Amino acid sequence: MLKTYTYPRFEVKPAPEIASGRTLKVPVVVVGAGPVGLGMALDLQLQGLPVLVLDDDDSVSIGSRGVCYAKRALEVLDRYGIGKQVCEKGVSWNVGRTFFREQEVYNFNLVPEADHHRPGMVNLQQYYLEEYLVTKAQQTPNIELRWKNKVVSVTHGDATVTLRVETPDGIYSVETDWLIVADGARSPIRHMMGLEIEGKIFKDRFLIADVVMKADFPAERWFWFDPPFHPNQSVLLHKQADQVFRIDFQLGWDADPDEEKKPEKVIPRIKAMLGAFDGRDREFELEWVSVYTFQCRRMGSFRHGRVLFVGDAAHQVSPFGARGANSGLQDADNLGWKLKLVMAGKSPSTLLDSYSEERVFAADENLLNSTRSTDFITPKSKASKAFRNAVLGLARDHAFARALVNSGRLSVPAFLTTSSHNTPDSEPFAGRMVPGAPMDDAPVIERDPKGKTSGWLLDKVGNQFVALYFTNDPATLDAATIDALSNLSWGGIPVQPLLVSPKPGTAIGGIPTIEDMKGIVAQRYDARPGTVYLLRPDQHVAARWRRLDAAKVQAAVAKASGNA
Amino acid sequence: MALTLTPNFNEVGKTYFNAYSPGDDFYELLINTHRDLSDEQSEQVNARLILILANHIGDIATLRDALQLAREGV
Repeated sequence: MLKTYTYPRFEVKPAPEIASGRTLKVPVVVVGAGPVGLGMALDLQLQGLPVLVLDDDDSVSIGSRGVCYAKRALEVLDRYGIGKQVCEKGVSWNVGRTFFREQEVYNFNLVPEADHHRPGMVNLQQYYLEEYLVTKAQQTPNIELRWKNKVVSVTHGDATVTLRVETPDGIYSVETDWLIVADGARSPIRHMMGLEIEGKIFKDRFLIADVVMKADFPAERWFWFDPPFHPNQSVLLHKQADQVFRIDFQLGWDADPDEEKKPEKVIPRIKAMLGAFDGRDREFELEWVSVYTFQCRRMGSFRHGRVLFVGDAAHQVSPFGARGANSGLQDADNLGWKLKLVMAGKSPSTLLDSYSEERVFAADENLLNSTRSTDFITPKSKASKAFRNAVLGLARDHAFARALVNSGRLSVPAFLTTSSHNTPDSEPFAGRMVPGAPMDDAPVIERDPKGKTSGWLLDKVGNQFVALYFTNDPATLDAATIDALSNLSWGGIPVQPLLVSPKPGTAIGGIPTIEDMKGIVAQRYDARPGTVYLLRPDQHVAARWRRLDAAKVQAAVAKASGNA
Repeated sequence: MALTLTPNFNEVGKTYFNAYSPGDDFYELLINTHRDLSDEQSEQVNARLILILANHIGDIATLRDALQLAREGV
């Protein structure tokens, strides 16, 4: 098989604790250096916390595996400092096409709206993402990565968690205040702790192949129901970086996984598929092949005392919709700032229950959507299949049926509208930016004394609480307003004020201004002069008001931080 | 009453953040209604459902259009 990628081998160093016999004591350990564990480590170091990452391997993901990174995950990766790299290397796409037998019946555009920094989706082999995350983590003095370090036991005490860690050079112990488990779908630590994960196994098998070829297919997601080259089953085509294409064939439950992985079996399937485009014989080479099944399940709670579960260890969905790594990165997004507040003694440890509350809510939404997609893609009864085919048959001509075609509802962030940490609206607002909403991006200009830099709203907020104050002209703000904005912090939790204005203006009283040059921020947030938004460190809306009242903002900070 | 052929599902009191959600809510209800039924039972459910909905719509001209549309292309 061809190789477009050389797997790095990370340096394995003997842990000093093996020779010294001492127990290593650290505040936070992350187990698992996949996209979610590494994201978690980067999030925590942005909060100023030192992190130890343990991984039982010494390389990145073998095979492309996770492929699609959605807009919200890219925005989180921007916060971690690698969003640009992922977008530049990856293949951006917004259009998906769905075919039924020979005909295209439906297409969608993920970002029908202009003026967002990141595209709807970027396709990139998982190994690249992991490599970028590792490189970033290695550049960060606060993160220590230990490869070939396998956790073999977990003892959960009242005040600490103790791990036994097996390495090529021997065994040692780590004592930590907090353990974050990012060790994947099979989660050895979940098993060691005897914790349940409940849900459904879907009785179907899928073949995935990474194929290297020079083909001028557009950067789009193509999905076939019942195509002539693979009757009665579905097929999915994605373009990745380096002219690598991901092809996913539904095989059915009775397929023999070992048999199906053999090149002599895989190659004719791909030839038949490629030939179906225009009858041309295209040259290609196989790079990676795998057969998978999947489960839709989650743990009852993602927090167990001092142990927090993130990513696939906590929840798994079908791959239709790219909700695996994308939702895992949002777990990290949600947890980092909360753990910091708890560790700094600024929030009670019950704030970590809100991590579970909010991410269980998101996981349930992902499970619901991925189960619905699976039910549509692989109908389980004659009646179910008849409805599915009726929808596909009507879809070509009728808009209502197109809306029902479900070949995967692609990952979008959950609106945490039911979170007990939101402050509900007390005045009417229009639009989507309700308390609990993940922030919509918008183009802005930030002016500093050295000149102006154009940028994006989401790059201006995050990692700390921010209060956006909308005004027509920063120069007209009265002293009382400036004073109130400068004193929004509560209980030792800082709140950074930011002015949003259509007019250029110099910062007043040290308060930075972001220029809403096209008025898009105001439009997306239904803001008028005097409107205030309180934003969480994970770029979610905590509360909003039509006029500034510092006491109300502080009460909302207390609520969002688990102090009220 | 002209036949509505644009997306039309909604539920009072629900806020949707994704256009596909109300349609998917309906489709899930539909598929769940058939869960664990035999093929014959499913056929009966479908027949009864058509009759119930047809009476609810009531307008014969609309129903005529719908019936014709359903038959086309089968």
